[in-house]
Amino acid sequence: MSKRKHLANFSLTTQLFALVVAMFGFGFALVPLYDVFCQLLGIGGKTAAQATAVVEAPDLSREIVVEFVTTVNEGAPWEFRAEVAEMRVHPGKLYQATFFARNLTGQPLVGQAVPSVAPGQVAKYFRKTECFCFEQQSFFANEGRDMPVVFILDPEIPRHIDRITLSYTFFAIENLAGTVTGNPPGI
Amino acid sequence: MGPEYEATADQYQADDHDHHGAPSGIKRWLFSTNHKDIGTMYLVFSLLMFFVGGTMIMIVRAELFQPGLQFVDPAFFNQMTTMHGLVMVFGAIMPAFVGLANWMIPMMVGAPDMALPRMNNWSFWLLPVGFTFLVATLFMPGGAPAAGWTMYPPLVLQTGDAFPFLVFAVHILGASSIMGAINIIVTIMNMRAPKMTLLKMPLFVWTWFITAFLLLAAMPVFAGAVTMLLFDQYFGTHFFNAAGGGDPVMFQHIFWFFGHPEVYIMILPAFGIVSEIIPTFARKPLFGYNSMVYATASIAVLSFIVWAHHMFTVGMPLAAELFFMFSTMLIAVPTGVKVFNWIATMWRGSMTFETPMLFSLAFVFLFTIGGFSGLMLAITPVDFQYHDTYFVVAHFHYVLVPGSLFGIMAGVYYWLPKWTGHVVDEKLAKTHFWLSAIFVNITFFPQHFLGLAGMPRRIPDYSTQFADFNMMSSLGAFGFGLSQLLFVYIVYRTVKGGEKASSEVWDNPKGLEWTVPSPAPHHTFETAPELR
Repeated sequence: MSKRKHLANFSLTTQLFALVVAMFGFGFALVPLYDVFCQLLGIGGKTAAQATAVVEAPDLSREIVVEFVTTVNEGAPWEFRAEVAEMRVHPGKLYQATFFARNLTGQPLVGQAVPSVAPGQVAKYFRKTECFCFEQQSFFANEGRDMPVVFILDPEIPRHIDRITLSYTFFAIENLAGTVTGNPPGI
Repeated sequence: MGPEYEATADQYQADDHDHHGAPSGIKRWLFSTNHKDIGTMYLVFSLLMFFVGGTMIMIVRAELFQPGLQFVDPAFFNQMTTMHGLVMVFGAIMPAFVGLANWMIPMMVGAPDMALPRMNNWSFWLLPVGFTFLVATLFMPGGAPAAGWTMYPPLVLQTGDAFPFLVFAVHILGASSIMGAINIIVTIMNMRAPKMTLLKMPLFVWTWFITAFLLLAAMPVFAGAVTMLLFDQYFGTHFFNAAGGGDPVMFQHIFWFFGHPEVYIMILPAFGIVSEIIPTFARKPLFGYNSMVYATASIAVLSFIVWAHHMFTVGMPLAAELFFMFSTMLIAVPTGVKVFNWIATMWRGSMTFETPMLFSLAFVFLFTIGGFSGLMLAITPVDFQYHDTYFVVAHFHYVLVPGSLFGIMAGVYYWLPKWTGHVVDEKLAKTHFWLSAIFVNITFFPQHFLGLAGMPRRIPDYSTQFADFNMMSSLGAFGFGLSQLLFVYIVYRTVKGGEKASSEVWDNPKGLEWTVPSPAPHHTFETAPELR
């Protein structure tokens, strides 16, 4: 093979390998992009992970049903339920809902509730000033306690929405190394 | 194949620059940098894997022969379906196409060898390493991977000791195909004979050129996805862990961003093969050469924006479902262009029906059936019924077995005389064709009905109303599996001896590969051929 052809092969091979490395990087870039897309398009049903400041301006002309759904992930040893199955609320007014969780084991446990709102598009209108899901919850052996959520629906919420489901999944997090305190990363 | 070359290449040898010759014994294969030897190794390896994956699915079909659990426990059943998918996709279909590319692309573009012969050796020898990893999982505590070849978390994270082996096997096989693809692109870009412009290349070369780019763009993303799985399992990350703020659905998005181009990686080279064969046996030039090239490129581009049609049921917003539905249906347009071009090539041709042509015709007909069931699956509202049923299984087996596999078989029957110097026994080959064509339909056609009636895939037991069609499908599968032993015998016989093949083999075929003697000497086109 001539020297010139050799060089041409080398340079093209290098470029193609660079493409491979770039695509490997792109695969990882899809992770933040995924969240950005969900947020931009208002899909995915993730509510804010921190308390938001709100101003009350009740719109008494509208009434929306908020349903509560509770799930324990993969049969983890928790009892977890909402105090009421649903509430009728006016947009622009603060409400408190109470959830109850109990550690069913004889050892201390740490749990994390992950919220999800359906339909996904209303997640951005669902504001929470206080939520047990903002941080991990430590329980002593067999401890059970009430945990509050204080929320408000933004009056801007689209007119056709008359029913919202707020779901919490409770995870036992002993296998989440490195996340013992603070917010779960990446929300 | 084999050391017979020296004896045959009569007049050609005077001009031969093969001063060193082929090393003998095992070294010839271990250290080979010859595109023909490496092509042969790829093809033999893929044939072996075809039987490994085939044996696994025979176990599955035996279990599904009757309702109830007869032979294996459900965990092992799941291992078999999962491994069957992985072995067939990464071990049988993909390496077979790379093998054909190795053998034919340098000869078709008038190059002496692949551009990067040492990397070629490495890409091949990574395959046995990767598959040792993968097959070894069968003997590990917890068994082989059983969460499906798509490896969705969180289920796949429950795999036992096999899990890291699965991930590393995918890495190694991915590295192998990426290097193979780079080699093919560099060969096509830099090694073509003078005057062979891009739009004069044979269509098999074109389809592989485009496939190679798909591999480079899709494989690294897949490697990234399985790396994330590995990190989630062992290093406390939460890419796909909802408790830590991740999202398991994101894996499906990343996987299918790779997965959909992957299905075209497995079919585009077959399009190329039948585009070579049909003109030869219709004795007419390919109809619409340029449109074939553009159609292939359009399919490749579209393949990157349709991925979510594999996951309509995960709960996407309506706008996304519509986008992915319409973009998917758009692919039917370039695919239709191809099918009509093949038919137009045959129109008023003086057709004969040698075995490669029979496989190609079956390809056109049966692949189109698979394409149509794909269109049905693309319709979002009805996909909610079809999702994860045997209808999906029937669909992708129609495009992969009488599609990709028949394409490979057609190519092997077409070029085997060129490789071995011996004519294939037509009677045996036609018997193999008819057995395969009949059994493949007995196997997979009833699965459409099973799926429409609601039988879910990947489950070892089923409700009694599905019994008849399942028995039919199992009998078809056993027949198809056994028929492939005939294929091995035919290949073996042709390698060992038989009527001498001329350098043209067929009736006036087009392409540079037919200008070299049969069998093709160890080194061809040391000096570039003259093109008119």
